[in-house]
Amino acid sequence: MDIPYSATPRPDTGLYNAKVGMWLFLASEVMLFGGLFSAYVLLRAGSETGTWPHGLLKVWLGTLNTGVLITSSITVVMAWASLKLGNLAAFKKYMAATLICAAVFLGIKSTEYRDKFTHYEVWLTNGQRMTGHIEGSPWLWNTQTLAAKKIDKLAFLPDANHYALGPIAAAHGAEGAGQGGHFKVEIAVAEIKRLSAFTPAHSPYFAIYFTMTALHALHVLGGALVLAWFLGPGVGGWKKNPELFTNRVEVSGLFWHFVDLVWIVLFPTLYLF
Amino acid sequence: MEAVAHAAPHHHTGGHGHEHHHHDPGFWRTYVFSTDHKVVGIQYGVTALLFMLLGFSLMMLMRWSIAYPGQVIPVVGPLLENIFGTDMAARGIMSADLYNSFGAMHGTIMVFLAVVPLATGAFGNYVMPLQIGAPDMAFPRLNMASYHLYFWGGLVLLASFFLPGGSAKSGWTSYSPLATFADGHLINGQTFWIMGMALLITSSLLGSVNIITTIIQMRAPGLTWMRLPFFVWAQFVTAFLLLLAFPPLEAAAFMQLSDNLFGSSVFLPTGLVINGQPAAVSGGGNPLLWQHLFWFLAHPEVYVLILPAMGIVGEIIANNTRKPLWGYKTLVYAVFALGFLSFIVWAHHMYLTGMGTSISTFFQTTTMLISIPSVIILTCLLMSLWGGSIRFNTPMLFALAFLPMFAVGGLTGLPLGFSFSDMHLHDTYYVIAHFHYVVAPGTIFALFAGVYFWFPKATGRMMNEFWGRVHFWLSLIFMNALFLPMFQQGMAGMLRRMYNGGATYAATDTEVGLPASILHLNVNISHAAWFLGIAQIPFIINFFWSIRHGQKVTSDNPWHATTLDWQTPTPPPHGNFIGEVAVHRGPYDYSLPGQQSDFAPQNKA
Repeated sequence: MDIPYSATPRPDTGLYNAKVGMWLFLASEVMLFGGLFSAYVLLRAGSETGTWPHGLLKVWLGTLNTGVLITSSITVVMAWASLKLGNLAAFKKYMAATLICAAVFLGIKSTEYRDKFTHYEVWLTNGQRMTGHIEGSPWLWNTQTLAAKKIDKLAFLPDANHYALGPIAAAHGAEGAGQGGHFKVEIAVAEIKRLSAFTPAHSPYFAIYFTMTALHALHVLGGALVLAWFLGPGVGGWKKNPELFTNRVEVSGLFWHFVDLVWIVLFPTLYLF
Repeated sequence: MEAVAHAAPHHHTGGHGHEHHHHDPGFWRTYVFSTDHKVVGIQYGVTALLFMLLGFSLMMLMRWSIAYPGQVIPVVGPLLENIFGTDMAARGIMSADLYNSFGAMHGTIMVFLAVVPLATGAFGNYVMPLQIGAPDMAFPRLNMASYHLYFWGGLVLLASFFLPGGSAKSGWTSYSPLATFADGHLINGQTFWIMGMALLITSSLLGSVNIITTIIQMRAPGLTWMRLPFFVWAQFVTAFLLLLAFPPLEAAAFMQLSDNLFGSSVFLPTGLVINGQPAAVSGGGNPLLWQHLFWFLAHPEVYVLILPAMGIVGEIIANNTRKPLWGYKTLVYAVFALGFLSFIVWAHHMYLTGMGTSISTFFQTTTMLISIPSVIILTCLLMSLWGGSIRFNTPMLFALAFLPMFAVGGLTGLPLGFSFSDMHLHDTYYVIAHFHYVVAPGTIFALFAGVYFWFPKATGRMMNEFWGRVHFWLSLIFMNALFLPMFQQGMAGMLRRMYNGGATYAATDTEVGLPASILHLNVNISHAAWFLGIAQIPFIINFFWSIRHGQKVTSDNPWHATTLDWQTPTPPPHGNFIGEVAVHRGPYDYSLPGQQSDFAPQNKA
């Protein structure tokens, strides 16, 4: 038994099944990320002055990643168009380029994550707040770590400016003096009220940052696995049923564009504003 | 065509009769990993009915604690102590924690594992493709995957009962910050609840994509949109609700998971104090955000529960009045209006949160608006009865009872939709009574009607009519005995979610409180619940007994129905129809003047 319209379009709708299915799925995805963006808006609008971090992400890395994803969107269309023209060799070339872009994107994203896990904010009992690095760049410490490790003095390399000063000052501050090791402060642990790396626990900003970017990265990973399948084990589908194979590449491409689009909204939201 | 409709049923040994010549798919591919929409539908149906029994059993145990707080539960008490440990059920007495976990799981199981999978997974899968003349769903393998995801989601939720600290116990609504702090363990019932829900949401996503695509793409030639049976329309709009309303809850669930596991504060406000200690979190989050995202799903979910039920009732009423549905087009437009409006009423669950009076006014207005299409649908179904020569068989009895029961449920919702009267009724037993009237004697009666109605198509045998009627009358009586007094309790101010049934707030000589007469209703209600449980025994036996021993149908179309689902062999083989199907007429050509037979199937030229 064959399912009708799985490869050829139904005359009155002009669509084959998978395309309808993919658009519906994307509608649901819009609601998923829409829920997260609404959460972002409400959390940010409700934050107290000086608690919403600015300028702690490297804009140039985000810009680079945006470029990488947009490039991959172009190559994935070229891959599909090559199939439409019957050129499997060109398809393979463009699809490989798409996958390389996906890998580069995820690679850059993971270095950004690592940067956050070694970047800290410390709240002192006298009300002073500093962002910066701990000597030796340990990962994921917090107030409990200090107690557990029985540390009584913390060697801290502070950033030039705290993000509470506003986005512009913070953007300079995050790349600031401390990171180069220009000066170091010794903080007595007894004076530390709270210590947190830039993890979800740091603030609602980082909670939503990690939720959104991790969910997006999972989408990139999932999309890349599907695209890789067409290049690797699934490429035989081209011989068996070229139309079906081309359709599958097309709907996967649709998904890939959507993932790209989400990033294009995520990037200004999280990096620039 | 008339002859085909009345011909003796085609005999098939199973769902795969046609394929036997080519290959035998074997047990696993036939019954477990089947891609046939009918097998998937039956898998959904049986699993969901079992979950419904489980969800109801939890409530029967909870009703003991409400009626006789602090007393040993007879018969099963020692068993509970063995399963859940002495801190949960010492000496067979239900603890408040166990009550809370049963309460949260009763709601979760009934909504997400029983009623919705039965309404959309079972009926949507089994009946809808047959009604549109399709050989299967548009994506058969996706269909199999959605059942398996549902099943695993269910297992994860079941497994959570056996975790240290027990299952989720913050209500099916899982409000933060309670849901983050209700349990001291890192991996706790709430974590499992979120994981299970993520699987269920994925399952429902795949299912709804499949249902919508199938309806758009797979209609038989000639089956134009306005010739679709009402049930198909109901499934279509329901699938859109599931598709678009669930994802925000998934987003919220991920953020709550982050709060629970990574110590973030998305839903935790600044200055939160837990057990007298400042919580060691950053704060700055927004607890109302969870409620908004939760109810953005959970209110459309109410219509996910009710729309397929209305679809089933519509089919059965048209068939048993031998008349077209009154106002078919109006019904279709009303379903669409209902679907659309259901997305903008969610915050009427939140009048008491302090979100602001202007927001309350907005949601109060939309809530009043949504009652219009609901009343239109009910009126059309009621008017369809007018002047009909009604056949009172078991499915019809359940379908008819749906109308007044849903009306009670719907109309008692009005005082909850107005913010001023909701101030008094919010979170009381009145709310419980209201939505249970919609879902239990409403939706579940419609689902029972559907089971009795399509059983002969799926099995080739009728369910026993006498025991069906016994099941109906007893269920009707005890449903009302169960839920009607709750209105009175709620109006007297008795709050829900209290393991001792409000005994804490009993009136004394010196204090104002709940009068003894209101508290005593707990005992009556609990007895009604247990009798309702007994009343389901005829159904359970009838269901399983009739699969092998029921009276065989003598025709593929025992109810003399017009829709395409009855124009197939019985049970329908793999691929459903023999030869090409073409549709020539609307869905309910009953009692056409000047015809020999009182019905004309849709595929009759």
